[in-house]
Amino acid sequence: MTATTTRNPPAPAPGGAAGRVEVHGLRKSFGTLEVLRDVDLTVEPGTVTVVLGPSGSGKSTLLRAINHLEKVDAGFVTVDGDLVGYRRRHTRRGGRRVEVLQELKEREILGQRTRIGFVFQNFNLFPHLTVLENVIEAPLSAQGRPRGEVEPEARELLARVGLADKADARPRQLSGGQQQRVAIARALALRPRVLLFDEPTSALDPELVGEVLEVIKDVASTGTTLVVVTHEIGFAREVADDVVFMDGGVVVEQGPPSQVLDHPRHERTRAFLDKVL
Amino acid sequence: MTAVTTPGARTPAPPAPAQDAAATPYSHLRIVPARHPGRWVATAGVAVLLAMVVSSLLTNDRWEWDVVAQYLTWPSILSGAWATIRLTAAASVVGFALGTVLALMRLSRSPLLVGVSWAYTWVFRSVPLLLQLLLWYNLAYLYPHLSLGIPFGPEFLWFDTLGVVDKFGAAILGLGLSQAAYSAEIVRAGILSVDQGQQEAAASLGIPRRRQVTRIVLPQAMRSIVPTAVNEVIGLLKGTSIVYVLAYGELFYIASVIYGRNGKVVPLLIVAAIWYLVLTTLITIVQYYVERHYAKGAVRTLPPTPWQRLRWSSAVALARLTGRPVPAHVPPAFAARARVGVLTRTARTATTRHGGPA
Repeated sequence: MTATTTRNPPAPAPGGAAGRVEVHGLRKSFGTLEVLRDVDLTVEPGTVTVVLGPSGSGKSTLLRAINHLEKVDAGFVTVDGDLVGYRRRHTRRGGRRVEVLQELKEREILGQRTRIGFVFQNFNLFPHLTVLENVIEAPLSAQGRPRGEVEPEARELLARVGLADKADARPRQLSGGQQQRVAIARALALRPRVLLFDEPTSALDPELVGEVLEVIKDVASTGTTLVVVTHEIGFAREVADDVVFMDGGVVVEQGPPSQVLDHPRHERTRAFLDKVL
Repeated sequence: MTAVTTPGARTPAPPAPAQDAAATPYSHLRIVPARHPGRWVATAGVAVLLAMVVSSLLTNDRWEWDVVAQYLTWPSILSGAWATIRLTAAASVVGFALGTVLALMRLSRSPLLVGVSWAYTWVFRSVPLLLQLLLWYNLAYLYPHLSLGIPFGPEFLWFDTLGVVDKFGAAILGLGLSQAAYSAEIVRAGILSVDQGQQEAAASLGIPRRRQVTRIVLPQAMRSIVPTAVNEVIGLLKGTSIVYVLAYGELFYIASVIYGRNGKVVPLLIVAAIWYLVLTTLITIVQYYVERHYAKGAVRTLPPTPWQRLRWSSAVALARLTGRPVPAHVPPAFAARARVGVLTRTARTATTRHGGPA
């Protein structure tokens, strides 16, 4: 456990020039179903990228592949130039020096994940822990930071998502919107360079969507790189620097919202937008 | 309407004053509770049976309650009960510790670990406990000496098998190892009952693997593990009586030795039964609080304990009798009971004032 600590110095504070995500030639199949077919994507540091697309288009799988929750069949992901899940290594084969991609040990992958936050559709808060315990768990056990430093920071984060008074509540005592805000605070507590949102408002009652989107907007303004899979077109138009439209496991088009949302170049994008708007 | 808002009111509401009749068309009518003749007949029948049982327990001299009372706190019976507690505790610890390891092996990705865990459960669930106990007791015949050392290499420490695996040791091995086979399945079922998203969330936060199990998954699994596990512990408590075949001085063996000597078979069996009853009751009380502990977070608010309920109800009853306000530590749901009368009265006046047709 201590080894993980030394391996993962706290990431630079949000706002630093970090958080560039590159995805190259990603392929992934579940059985005979090909979910990702050669996906390429570049996310510039400090930007907000919204991924749109019909269900089953591979958006969630792409997001899960970025932090290696899903192991892909081909292709690779880098965050700030570091390969996620692998390391370049030299070895000898038949007397010759060759370069290989060494699959990382689970412990090392866990270390990488502390730099890539993930917010789930179903929140996945730990129901048996209090809100505060949910937020400080990973900074304590994954980053090995002292409690005296982590706890005030966690309370600050909770205040930022508007839940300072709920620190001692348990997740089931909160509304869906409040739970998702805690989940965002929990992800932020690791000071990630990149934050991935997998349909963060899809499990919420309509009147609770706004409060969660407000928090995401606030996070976006701090300069953390965000990749958001969502169906909230209005949010994409307002906050996104880049909109990515996916369909059938490929990126159909990518560009600023004014282009992709208002003047889509592809028929499939147009058809999708017609349906959701 | 007034009767409906007064839960627990046995007597029908008195005829309402004339002004209420104007408020609702039914409020002047008397409410007659539904009758349940079948329930009365069943209650009477069971009461008679109960009276017969109690009377026979008291009037039949052969129960020899004086002998039961005499032996209930007999020093050797107490030491037997203590031995039973020790056996149960030790075998539970061995059983559940090994069971957890077996469950984690069964869920691992190594086929050998999975296979060994499966085979262990298969063997120890298949062979009768009695037979296992006798086998462990005869371990010294198979292996007169035990030693610690490098596998297939030199040995550092030597033991006399009989010195290590005495009667108590054999009993713990037999009970604990067979319990592990059952516990493994209980723990595995508990782990599988935890939402997959929990481990995924822990992994996405970079929480170390062991911590994921001990901090995130197992505490949540405990909620489904505890009730079944306590069942097993109670089974084990009673199962320790089987150890009498090794002539180990636990509760049942001691009782049988005493009645073998004085011939008071039934009273001594009753003495042992009472002790098993007491011990099981203690375990059940512990279970209640352990379950409550692990229910935190699974339910929005924990239901009150029987003790709390008793305290609050008596506080409310006292407040009703004396007319004083309910103490502040009583939660609103309980405090409301003291105010039921007041509430209905206000409700009625409110109806009269605003509800009536103009």
